[in-house]
Amino acid sequence: MARVTDAPKVVTANRLQDGAVVWLGAAGDWSIRVQDAQVQAEAPAVEAALAIARASAARQEVVEPYAVDVAVEAAGPRPLKTREWIRAAGPSIDALPATAA
Amino acid sequence: MSPSATARQIAPPANGLPSHAGIYHYDQMDRDFLTERVEQFRRQVARRLSGDLTEDEFKPLRLMNGLYLQLHAYMLRIAVPYGVLTSRQVRQLAHIARTYDKGFGHFTTRQNLQLNWIKLVDVPAILDLLAEVDLHAIQTSGNCIRNVTSDQFAGAASDEVVDPRHYAEVLRQWSTLHPEFSFLPRKFKIAITGSANDRAAICIHDVGLIAKRDAEGRVGFEVYVGGGLGRTPFIAKKLRDFVPEDELIAYLEATLRVYNAYGRRDNIYKARIKILVHELGIEKFRDEVEAEFARMPRAEYRLDPAIVDGIKARFASQPYETLEPISGVLARARLEDQAFNRWVRTNVAAHRQPGYAIATITLKPAGGIPGDASADQMDAIAALADRYSFGEIRVTHEQNLVLAHVRQDDLPALWKALSDIGFGEANSGLITDIIACPGLDYCALANARSIPLAQRISERFADLDRQHDIGELKIKISGCINACGHHHVGHIGILGVDKKGVEAYQLTLGGSASEEGAIGDIMGPALSADEALDAIGAVVGVYLEQRQDGERFLDTLARIGHTPFKDKVYAAH
Amino acid sequence: MPLIESGKLIDDAWARLGDDAPLPASDVPVIVSLARLRKDRDALVGRNGGLGVFLASNQHPKDVADLLADVALVALDFPKFRDGRGFTVARELREYLGYRGTIRAVGHTIPDQYLFLVRCGVDQVEIPEGKDAATWAHALTEITTAYQVSVAGPLPVARLARHKRAEHAA
Repeated sequence: MARVTDAPKVVTANRLQDGAVVWLGAAGDWSIRVQDAQVQAEAPAVEAALAIARASAARQEVVEPYAVDVAVEAAGPRPLKTREWIRAAGPSIDALPATAA
Repeated sequence: MSPSATARQIAPPANGLPSHAGIYHYDQMDRDFLTERVEQFRRQVARRLSGDLTEDEFKPLRLMNGLYLQLHAYMLRIAVPYGVLTSRQVRQLAHIARTYDKGFGHFTTRQNLQLNWIKLVDVPAILDLLAEVDLHAIQTSGNCIRNVTSDQFAGAASDEVVDPRHYAEVLRQWSTLHPEFSFLPRKFKIAITGSANDRAAICIHDVGLIAKRDAEGRVGFEVYVGGGLGRTPFIAKKLRDFVPEDELIAYLEATLRVYNAYGRRDNIYKARIKILVHELGIEKFRDEVEAEFARMPRAEYRLDPAIVDGIKARFASQPYETLEPISGVLARARLEDQAFNRWVRTNVAAHRQPGYAIATITLKPAGGIPGDASADQMDAIAALADRYSFGEIRVTHEQNLVLAHVRQDDLPALWKALSDIGFGEANSGLITDIIACPGLDYCALANARSIPLAQRISERFADLDRQHDIGELKIKISGCINACGHHHVGHIGILGVDKKGVEAYQLTLGGSASEEGAIGDIMGPALSADEALDAIGAVVGVYLEQRQDGERFLDTLARIGHTPFKDKVYAAH
Repeated sequence: MPLIESGKLIDDAWARLGDDAPLPASDVPVIVSLARLRKDRDALVGRNGGLGVFLASNQHPKDVADLLADVALVALDFPKFRDGRGFTVARELREYLGYRGTIRAVGHTIPDQYLFLVRCGVDQVEIPEGKDAATWAHALTEITTAYQVSVAGPLPVARLARHKRAEHAA
């Protein structure tokens, strides 16, 4: 397995107005679907994507952008860290508590 | 339906307060203040959206109003002062959960309610709705004096010496937007109890207070300082044996001043008052506080008994009926229905009023999410509170709810109604009455998930016969070292850690949050979730094998030591 | 940096004097460090211009107690707005040491702290360049109820709660 630091990356943040998880797409736009995230393999490209994201943060669109390691799969990028796939997929539990019928 | 289960008409309180619920009832000035505070936050949100406030500047401001940015959304932590709510307030919380969240809420170990799916732009409107029912999110986070917690049985328990709610309210008012202590080195949590049996976990708070009476019957406070969990857990140390009622504010001001002036600000992990107390030593820390206390203009800070009386007068009392101390209805129902009898054994406590009882509603159904309640369940509980408990609901630090004033005659009907909404489980204080933080499913700080493990433990031990056989055993799960799930003081504590990118769980044994307060000892290397589940089974197995007559888990552990448990858990490794 | 007092921008007549800078010949009032004040006390006190002292956030009121009679201004440093030691220092200066001169907050503060600063005894606040002074002025009016004793009010406050600031101001 490649070292995590060598993994390709996508850029993510939370949207300021509602806190939703967003992923930076190829056109420098934000999407709520990780599948739309633009994967960057090279460090300079990651830096360039982060610069776009920080400029967006400076326009009060998103909060605290950062890069996330991913594996590239047929369905799209899959974040490697548990925290990040939970951000991408939502909580691993039912959002509603179990209620007896 | 039995006659006692029909709605009884209860007259409004004679003192003109809106309900009999044992909360502090706001006056116009309290409401004016709250309105201004909401407007202030509304402007802060607008300034953030416009860019006038940076995220770095806004963050402490939103935290001071209970608003976090979590993994998927904002989270709003609504204050439940000392854990008491009216049915109207609970209905409003349900309404907010439905309108602005996903239809549920999470009750926390500090007696608050968290909503997990909040939008920043909606928060001012939510605060308006909260203010309508005298609720708010003030100081539920941030490096300030957090909302004060207390005994969930306050004002009802048979072992109570002083009702701590009145003083918790004094402290709530005193700490609200305190000009000097809103930018402390770190958060500051106060808990207060008025009973010998500590149900408020005061030993793990920055300041813990025991309200008591001196030989002449005058109220005063035993003060503990420097307790806390997190990375460096400490049990609080006694600061002073007796602070008279009228000096309470002055003494706390002196304590906070020493902390604000000398608490560390160079390292977030060493910034709590527990580290200052530890580094100075309790003697030197006490000298500093006493010196400050001696020189400050104490008359300025005197807590006038008239103020305390004024606050007490705004707490409604409950119009109890005169009842026989022993209920025949209850006794018969316990004989006839084993399941009900079991619920009474675990979930019902003695009330000081003859013929009444305190009922705990465990929010821990088999396989459920500890502390979660849906909006529909909240509405149902509000209705039960109206019918059976003077319209009052309590929140416990064990993430349960309490109806504090139930006629013993009504307990069978209450239990049936609770069972109908999924909250009739007879498991208060048992192995499935698990405390768990939201963990990595929601929390930006977590290293591992807490809820799924809690659910699996709850399912594995779902059999009530077995649970009752095991007896009192408290499992507490935190998803990171910040210890919101109080794992250090679990009889079995579980700490989620990140082991090279994989979730793992470290087990501790022998912690306790009651008056015998103790930090648990780490058993050994962290385990996978599957292994942790088996390890808990093994620990319980050793206890059942080794226990002698009448021993609780903690008693057996104290007698035989940790080794037999460790050997069993790590035998396969 | 713009300076605000009672919600209004005011001119700053005071100059910060470095530890090695020569004393100005004119009567311009100067603010010096505590170390400089101790070293050059006689010369500084002997000038006609006003004298002020700058306290770093790790310096305590007791460090300056014996010099307070000589200074007309104490400048309290807020290295970042989250560092709230200055609130305690200001209140101790007023309440325990009886200091009646000017207290000025310098460094990084935000409008949302202004009311707290005033209630702890601070008179003047340096505000960042480019920020709207109106936001600061407004911050003084946002909350009119206080639940605590405050050094800003003249009332002999023996009560915990329910003090309208309007009463204080009256």
